[in-house]
Amino acid sequence: MSVLVDKNTRLVVQGITGKSGAFHTRNCMEYGTNVVAGVTPARGGETFDHKVPVFDTVHEARAATGCNATMIFVPPEFAADAIMEAADAGVELIVCITEGIPVMDMMRVKEMLKATKSRLIGPNCPGIITPGQCKIGIMPGYIHKPGHIGVVSRSGTLTYEAVWQLTSRGHGQSTCIGIGGDPIIGTTTLDAVQLFAGDPETHGIILIGEIGGTAEEEAAAWLKENCDKPVAGFIAGATAPPGRRMGHAGAIISGGQGTASAKKDALRAAGIAVAETPSTIADTLLAVMK
Amino acid sequence: MNIHEYQAKELLTKFGADNPRGSVACTAEEAEKVARDLGTNSMVVKAQIHAGGRGKGTFTSGLQGGVHLCQSAGQARDLAAQMLGQTLVTHQTGPAGRLVNQVLVAESVEIAKEFYFAVLLDRASGAPVVVASREGGVDIEEVAAQSPEKILREAVDPAFGLQPYQTRKLAKELGFAPSQMRAAGKLFAALYRCFLQSDCSMVEINPLVLTKGGQVLALDAKFSFDDNALFRHPDILALRDVAEEDPREVAASQHHLSYIGLDGNIGCMVNGAGLAMATMDIIKHHGGEPANFLDVGGGASEEQVTEAFKILLSDPKVKAILVNIFGGIMQCDVIAQGIMNAVKAVKLEIPLVVRLEGTNVGQGRRLLAESGLPIVTAHDLDDAAKQIVALAPKN
Repeated sequence: MSVLVDKNTRLVVQGITGKSGAFHTRNCMEYGTNVVAGVTPARGGETFDHKVPVFDTVHEARAATGCNATMIFVPPEFAADAIMEAADAGVELIVCITEGIPVMDMMRVKEMLKATKSRLIGPNCPGIITPGQCKIGIMPGYIHKPGHIGVVSRSGTLTYEAVWQLTSRGHGQSTCIGIGGDPIIGTTTLDAVQLFAGDPETHGIILIGEIGGTAEEEAAAWLKENCDKPVAGFIAGATAPPGRRMGHAGAIISGGQGTASAKKDALRAAGIAVAETPSTIADTLLAVMK
Repeated sequence: MNIHEYQAKELLTKFGADNPRGSVACTAEEAEKVARDLGTNSMVVKAQIHAGGRGKGTFTSGLQGGVHLCQSAGQARDLAAQMLGQTLVTHQTGPAGRLVNQVLVAESVEIAKEFYFAVLLDRASGAPVVVASREGGVDIEEVAAQSPEKILREAVDPAFGLQPYQTRKLAKELGFAPSQMRAAGKLFAALYRCFLQSDCSMVEINPLVLTKGGQVLALDAKFSFDDNALFRHPDILALRDVAEEDPREVAASQHHLSYIGLDGNIGCMVNGAGLAMATMDIIKHHGGEPANFLDVGGGASEEQVTEAFKILLSDPKVKAILVNIFGGIMQCDVIAQGIMNAVKAVKLEIPLVVRLEGTNVGQGRRLLAESGLPIVTAHDLDDAAKQIVALAPKN
């Protein structure tokens, strides 16, 4: 078991013929992901790597292949439109890797998605992986291992750090979800922990947050009332100065809100074990799982 | 990206948001002409730098204050002559101060009431929200902390925008008289349009004023633009004044690196924003002080690593460097080679600790160890942080 993606996932890649789209599609296929279609407007009829049919629109791809998830590598100017196209075609899971989408565009996307059944992960995220079954995104597959720990994170390489710590200690992951570092995202920290809480194969949860917003506080409050599984958390950005955007558009302390210490306090108040440094994320969870 | 006050005024005017009449001047003669054209005997001359605290600042030439009231075009000319080409030091500029290249000459208005008004993105709802208060001209965060009931919030549906009934509601709740509601509503609507059409993450007017003559004006404006949307706003991008920015941050942005200078002495180079922040945190945890945030991006190419070293080394405070790369899909031997080439290219003379993880990590570490270069390799993040803190001089 796992959440959102598994060996039955049928993936379409929007932007499959672009440089990074092609590179990461190959990596996903090597990992074992079932890539059934690609979409690049005006390139319909081509075949990607002699295996994957390319379509002009997501609607055609869906009708021809029954794809139920999409991975988006479309450039930022056009990425919001690509998300909406996938939702309009009825694709159930939309994973948007693209970094740098304007916030106003994401506002419209979020509004549009409310009226559909699609779930969005990202944008500006590493993607989602169920180890041994399905990888949708840019994360290195080999650091993962099938198992029972769910990982949710706003940051890419910091997730790899935590996953690698788990795998090195012999502990696998049920599913790892990179939700992305933008101010407006689809699946939130709260959504992800709710999925893990309801998954019988997930026995423990790692929640990796960073400064800015209130997503970690909301997830912590829900976990306190609704989930008995052991949870460990880490918040990046204790040393970040207020008012400066730390790489991610969403990682900014503004109006005294969104500080690392306030988030850590909220996690602790919910009974979540807090890792003091990024090198002890896995150990912090394993200590409370005993 | 920040813009000058006079540029903010021009942007407001473009969207029909009323603000005091005035214009920018680059010479004393221009200042005199602007002042004469205003046709008033109550004006203000303001030095144009990005830093705050101008009113209480001091010019290195001796003139006190970067904001002065005056009564005649001749006085405006004299004030401009004393400010232009001079360096203004405020509590935000640091001791080096900022060179003043322009002054704003504007009508000085008589204020009856001050308000706070902002349009910003509400992350929780993913939609814009208007935040307003009768307590204007003061630190709004203090008002929010001490008397939250004085802060009004009006959510905006992103599909429909700020509606006229909402502007009337806001005007009424802020205490505008019936005769002033039309002017207030017009200004609020214009500010929302400006927020939306300029792809702002925030437009903050503090204060928004009611004048004794009954006008409703935006007296000061602070814009935060969405960097991701600047590609479709060449007019706004053209307002960027790199002379006002940290030269290291400018250099970083030219090479698609994300850099923010801090006060410590340990330079950091990391791939990924979250890991970069976490690396700063662990340095601090072990008793060191990070000199910067620097995200070299997911790829960490040799060219980017070289540029990143140059930027770190251009900061005289940096006495040791920690490189933390989780290679992931990239191969560690390739990254190691890139780091070695960069170290040679910049002739590195201060301690360097490198922590690599990812594909071919063994080969990568061996390359670094056998390079003959003064590079310390660390086996994990904790080890890397401890080593760099031990190697960096104590402040």
